[in-house]
Amino acid sequence: MERVLFGDNQFFGVNHSSDEKARAQAIRFKDNKAIVQVLDTAIDAGIHTFMCTTHDRIGEICNHIRQHPVKYQDFKIFPCMPYAHKYANAVTELGIMGSLQHFIPGNVFNTFAKGGLALAKKDMVALMEILVDAEMKMFKGIQTPVIWLQNVITDLLLGLGMTDFLVGFHRYVKEKYHAEAGFITMNLPLLLDTLESKGIENPTVCASINKIGFRMSGGKSVYETVIGQKRCKLVAMQVFAAGAIPPKEALEYVCHLEGVTSILFGASSKANIQQSKSLIDSYSNEFINKSFLYKN
Amino acid sequence: MISTAIIGLGKMGISHCAILGAHPQIQLNAVCDASALIREAFKKYSTYTVFSDYQKMIQNTDLQAVVIASPTKYHFEMVNFALDHGLHVFCEKPFSLKSEDSIYLAKKAKEKQLVNQVGYHNRFLGTFMYLKQLLELQVLGELYHFQGESYGPVVLKEKGSTWRSEKGQGGGCLYDYASHTIDLIHFVLSAPVKVQGTLLKSIYSKGVEDAVYSNLTLENGLTGTLSVNWSDETHRKMNTQITVQGKKGKIVADATEIKIYLKEANPLMGLEKGWSVQYITDLTEKVDFYLRGEEYSAQIDHFVNCITQKALSNRSPFESAAKTDQVIQLLLADH
Repeated sequence: MERVLFGDNQFFGVNHSSDEKARAQAIRFKDNKAIVQVLDTAIDAGIHTFMCTTHDRIGEICNHIRQHPVKYQDFKIFPCMPYAHKYANAVTELGIMGSLQHFIPGNVFNTFAKGGLALAKKDMVALMEILVDAEMKMFKGIQTPVIWLQNVITDLLLGLGMTDFLVGFHRYVKEKYHAEAGFITMNLPLLLDTLESKGIENPTVCASINKIGFRMSGGKSVYETVIGQKRCKLVAMQVFAAGAIPPKEALEYVCHLEGVTSILFGASSKANIQQSKSLIDSYSNEFINKSFLYKN
Repeated sequence: MISTAIIGLGKMGISHCAILGAHPQIQLNAVCDASALIREAFKKYSTYTVFSDYQKMIQNTDLQAVVIASPTKYHFEMVNFALDHGLHVFCEKPFSLKSEDSIYLAKKAKEKQLVNQVGYHNRFLGTFMYLKQLLELQVLGELYHFQGESYGPVVLKEKGSTWRSEKGQGGGCLYDYASHTIDLIHFVLSAPVKVQGTLLKSIYSKGVEDAVYSNLTLENGLTGTLSVNWSDETHRKMNTQITVQGKKGKIVADATEIKIYLKEANPLMGLEKGWSVQYITDLTEKVDFYLRGEEYSAQIDHFVNCITQKALSNRSPFESAAKTDQVIQLLLADH
C-alpha cells in the first residue's frame, strides 16, 4: 500500500462538516471530466491509488481509465462497497426484501423469487458474494489490490455480532479477486479484537484518526494505544476532521503516529493536493529519520 | 446490565440492534420480526433468541426494556403491551397514528414510572442542541419567524410499495420525514398548535404524499413555515435545516453546522458581530460505538442513563412525541 491514498468524498457532495460546502462540490463535479482532471493532478503529484465508493459515476470514471491503458498503467483503485445511501434509500422505498430483489442481478433474482428463498435463507454469505460481484463489475480490467467494506456495513455487522460475513468477505475477495479485504470502521479497537478472535491476523483497516479525536469511538487515547500495537495495516482517514484542524497540524500528528501505514485524503484544487502530498512526505521522512536516530 | 429486546428488524431496527449489541450496559437477549428471511438470518448468524410473536417474546424473556421499531401502525398495541409488562420502552418515530393513543401511552408510562422515549434523534445532535441553548438565552432577541425544512432522495420514481407507501399506515413523507422536522421545531422552539394553508403533494407516489408545505403557529405565538420533500434528489441523504429569525439576528442550523448572524456582538456567548460558524466537529460529544451518526448512539445512551439514574427526565419522551402526532393530524385535517 502506498503511503498516500486519494479519496473521493469531494466528488460526490460528501462533507462531514458542511452540507453547504458539499453542495458546492457536487455542482463543481457534475461533469466527469472535472473528476478526471483532479485525478490526473493527483497522479502528477505522485499519488497512484484512488480509494472510492462504488457510486454509479465511478463506473464512468472506470470507462475513462480503461480507454487510456498506457496513461493509467500504474493506477490502482481501492473500491469501497457498498455505496450505502443507494441501499438505504431503497430499503425505505422498497423494504428489505424488495431491495434484495432490486439489487440482485436478473437470473439470480428469478431463482430467488421461484423458491430460491430457501437457498437464500441457507446461505446468506453466498448472497453477500453475489452483491460483491455486482459492485465489482464496474472495475473489470482495473487493478484493485484492496477491496474495502464500507464502515456502515463493517460496523453494523460488528454491532450485530454477525462476524461470519466479515470473515466471508475477507475470504471471498481473496479467492475471487486475488485482493486483500479492507475494513473501514469507526470502531477500530472493537474491530481488531473481533477480527483477531476469528483468526484474521494483521488485517487491512481504515479508520478515522485525527488530532481532535473526531469519530474515534471510545476516545483518542484508546485509539493511540491500539495504533501503537501495530496489529493491522492501517489507513488513516478523516485526518483533517472535516476541516476542523489546519493541514500542517493535522498531517504532522498523523504522520508521526507509529502504526499508521497510509494516509487517505481528498481535495479538489491542485494547490491543496500538492500541499498535502508534500507535507505528508516531509513529515513522514522526518519521522522515519527520528525513529532511526532513536533506534541507533 | 439492562436486559433488552427489539421488536422489528427493518432499517432502523437492525441499526438499533447493532448499537444495543455493542453497548456495554445492555444485554440484548431477544429479537422479533415478522419476516421469515430476517428471522432465519438472525438465527443463523447472531447469538440472540429469535421470536416471530412479540407477546410471546415479552412473556417468555426476562426483560427490563424493549426497543420497538416495527411499522408505525403496530406501535400502539406493542408499546401498550410492553408497558403492561413493566418494561421501559424506546419506540421509533412517528410514535403512533392517533394522537389520542399517543397521549394515552404517555400518561400510562408516566403513571407506571417507566422510562419512555421516541427515536427523534435530531434532539441528540450537537448543532440543534446548541441552537436550542442559544434561543433559550435569547441571543436573537424577540423572534419573528422560523423555517423548518427537510429534503432527501427517497421516492424518485413511480414505483415501489411497502407499508411506507400505503395510506393510513404511517408511511408517506408526512409521517416519515416531516415528523422529524415538526419534532425539531418543537424541541428548539415550542410545540406547533395551529396549521394553515397546508399543501400535501404527491409527486411520484400514488397512495401518499411526497411533499408537505404548511404555515405553523407555535404554542408561544411564533409563526413560521414547514417545507418537506422526500422526492428531492438534489440531496444525497436526508438533510434537515432550521432557520430562526429575530430582531437581533438569524441562525441557520443543520446536522453539520450552525451559522449565526448577529447585528451586535454577544460577549456572554463569545459571539462576534456578523457571521460566526460552528461545525459539528466541535459540538459533538464522544460516543463509545459509532454507526451512521453519533446521535443514534447518544439517544440510546440517554435511554440507558434514564433507566439507571431514575431521576433523569427524558429528552424525547412519549409526551413530546404525542404533540408531533397531533400536528400530523392537524396537517392531514387542514389539507
